[in-house]
Amino acid sequence: MDFLPLSIIIVYVFLSISLLISLVRVILGPSLPDRVVALDMISFIVISLIAVYTISSGHPVYLDVAIVLALIAFLGTIAFARFVFKRAEKERNRA
Amino acid sequence: MNSLILHTATRLMIGIIVLFSLFLFFRGHDEPGGGFIGGLVGAGAFTLYAIAFGSEATRAILRIDPITLIALGLVSLVISGIIPMFTFEPFLTGKWLFLELGESEFKLSTPLIFDIGVYLCVLGFILAVIFSLEEVK
Repeated sequence: MDFLPLSIIIVYVFLSISLLISLVRVILGPSLPDRVVALDMISFIVISLIAVYTISSGHPVYLDVAIVLALIAFLGTIAFARFVFKRAEKERNRA
Repeated sequence: MNSLILHTATRLMIGIIVLFSLFLFFRGHDEPGGGFIGGLVGAGAFTLYAIAFGSEATRAILRIDPITLIALGLVSLVISGIIPMFTFEPFLTGKWLFLELGESEFKLSTPLIFDIGVYLCVLGFILAVIFSLEEVK
């Protein structure tokens, strides 16, 4: 078996395992910041899945999807961070 | 949000994102890309700026009101439709102009004007929504 298809399969398996582990953290995560970081992790695993799929399919067009996701995905994390920040501020004012 | 890291990263990122949105926009028609996805990515850049610096500063760097952007987009959609009517062809017929500039060929067309209209409409609509969400009390 060639080296490239073998390594692509291995990368798919390991990325899927890390996706599942991050999903467990999203579900169990004791606090909201844990869940936010896990969601950020999931979006970056998806970016790497798209990059691997670009190699295995041989169509470089798919790489653009990964670039757009990489440029935009952290926006959601920043919005969540601001939400957490504002909620903590509100609770501090109430106390 | 008052964070030095976010402010510095935003100033770096906004140029890259707008450049990539223009790249996606100009690659459209023959290959994946075009006005809609370009407008969405461009709106993402200004949304990042709005989160980092607030909607007042974003209105200042945008210079044009988002609602005016939507109106400009609709006007260029109508213009792209009317141009072929001067040669007695149906509304919205695609007209192409091929300019030879040295080695390369430069293509101008009414679909390009149409795509500019779509870009401005999408950018204006998303930013209008983001700004009204930001400014709500």
